[in-house]
Amino acid sequence: MEYFVQLLLGGLTRGSIYALIALGYTMVYGIIELINFAHGEIYMIGAFTALIVSSVLTLYGFNEFAILVLASLIAVIYSASYGFTVEKIAYKPLRSAPRLSPLISAIGMSIFLQNYVLLAQTSDFLPFPALIPEFNFLKNYEHVFSSSELVIVLTTVIVMTILTLLIKFTKIGKAMRATAQDKKMAMLVGINVNRIISVTFIIGSSLAAIGGILIASHIGQINFNIGFIAGIKAFTAAVLGGIGSIPGAVLGGFVLGWTESFATGYVSSDYEDVFAFALLVLILIFRPAGILSVKCEV
Amino acid sequence: MLSLSNVETYYGNIQALKGININISAGEIITLIGANGAGKSTTLMSISGIAPPREGKIIFMDREIHNLTPDVIVSLGISQVPEGRHIFPELTVLENLQMGAFLRADNKQTRDDLEYIFELFPILTQRRNQAGGTLSGGEQQMLAISRALMARPKLLLLDEPSLGLAPIVVKQIFEIIRKINTENNTTVFLVEQNANLALRLADRGYVMENGRIVLEDSSENLLSNEEVRKAYLGI
Repeated sequence: MEYFVQLLLGGLTRGSIYALIALGYTMVYGIIELINFAHGEIYMIGAFTALIVSSVLTLYGFNEFAILVLASLIAVIYSASYGFTVEKIAYKPLRSAPRLSPLISAIGMSIFLQNYVLLAQTSDFLPFPALIPEFNFLKNYEHVFSSSELVIVLTTVIVMTILTLLIKFTKIGKAMRATAQDKKMAMLVGINVNRIISVTFIIGSSLAAIGGILIASHIGQINFNIGFIAGIKAFTAAVLGGIGSIPGAVLGGFVLGWTESFATGYVSSDYEDVFAFALLVLILIFRPAGILSVKCEV
Repeated sequence: MLSLSNVETYYGNIQALKGININISAGEIITLIGANGAGKSTTLMSISGIAPPREGKIIFMDREIHNLTPDVIVSLGISQVPEGRHIFPELTVLENLQMGAFLRADNKQTRDDLEYIFELFPILTQRRNQAGGTLSGGEQQMLAISRALMARPKLLLLDEPSLGLAPIVVKQIFEIIRKINTENNTTVFLVEQNANLALRLADRGYVMENGRIVLEDSSENLLSNEEVRKAYLGI
């Protein structure tokens, strides 16, 4: 039973990270119908920025809590500005081009950002400091659910609640939904669609950066390549849930996280990715538009 | 109030508007009639900045607007109800109306306007928390017009408001258009295929063929014009 709970919570943690990244894919897809393949790299840049900032702040002797807050804040801002800039450089000029063009541009952006970090940093794995403190009350349950896992799950819940409220009730959130549903009409009521697209990229990138910091701090190492596999997995989660749907991305993230966790726990850890993608294939066969499909195209 | 001079608009290499001239004075109801594909909708899209003209000038209240973006044009006081209504399907009726007022601060005046809309269209009050996509065609048209009114436009552009609606609903819609014109002093530019109805409502009319304005006259004269009667009134 304890083993089951451990896998359940482990899956929840993984799922949270996938969900955080998947939201960026699904929101961007919802608004401009583009799979932003550079999104995984934004997550990686978030983790790197947090590493650099926390190293510098440690040298200056800041306390742990200040380092956590400042490193996260700067990483989020930095990643958001990357997401914003990537859209302006690589996607905006292709707004009226055939759909394949921005997709290829996205893949190019992804390769560029990976290699840019590789050259600017290193190809080695770098140790990532444990930014998340150990809580005393979890000491006896450490082997089942660690402090960093708790923080990951809690942060995800808080972030998603805020995002849901933002999209449901604020003016900008309503404008985002309006733009996703009918872009031309959104322009006709006076919504600056380019600004909405930028806001979407900024929010998606911020969420990815939060995911990057959390998981890097949990696992304890990063390199330039972490965005690739995380990006593919989160993309899988978004497709599982129904791309374009926000609750779908969250659900897809958790379904994927649990699948991986239970499959590696009860079968074999060598086949982690096999199970993830086998699930994707199954969903695509039996429910091609995803679990919570928004638009069923006929 | 609004003047188009020698406006030429292209879709790619295809010329949709071949140098058109239209003048609208404040307070008027003007109609633009013509066959399918004549360029009527393009004219409205050019005014709204969605399909900006390649040549010519569009002047609204002494200001050149042909180089402005759609959101700025809305902020100057031009709102459009496009053909096919384009309700945001998954937004509620209330949210659709709030989007109409997107550029206005959410203050007392906006809320008063919302109350006015609900008085004007009691059916929308009943449906206020329903998704826009679940409304009937007539209700959607009322919502589309209301959403445009929420921006407090000085000039209202209407594209085929009668399209696909039952005659009784069309009559209702046209009565409301007149009401909007007289009560709020909103200038109306109405594009219609239903020339008979449109000319009965409008003060003046333009007739469009193949991207050109071929005729311009008062509604009475157009209604009795032999060619118009043959081509558009089916008499």
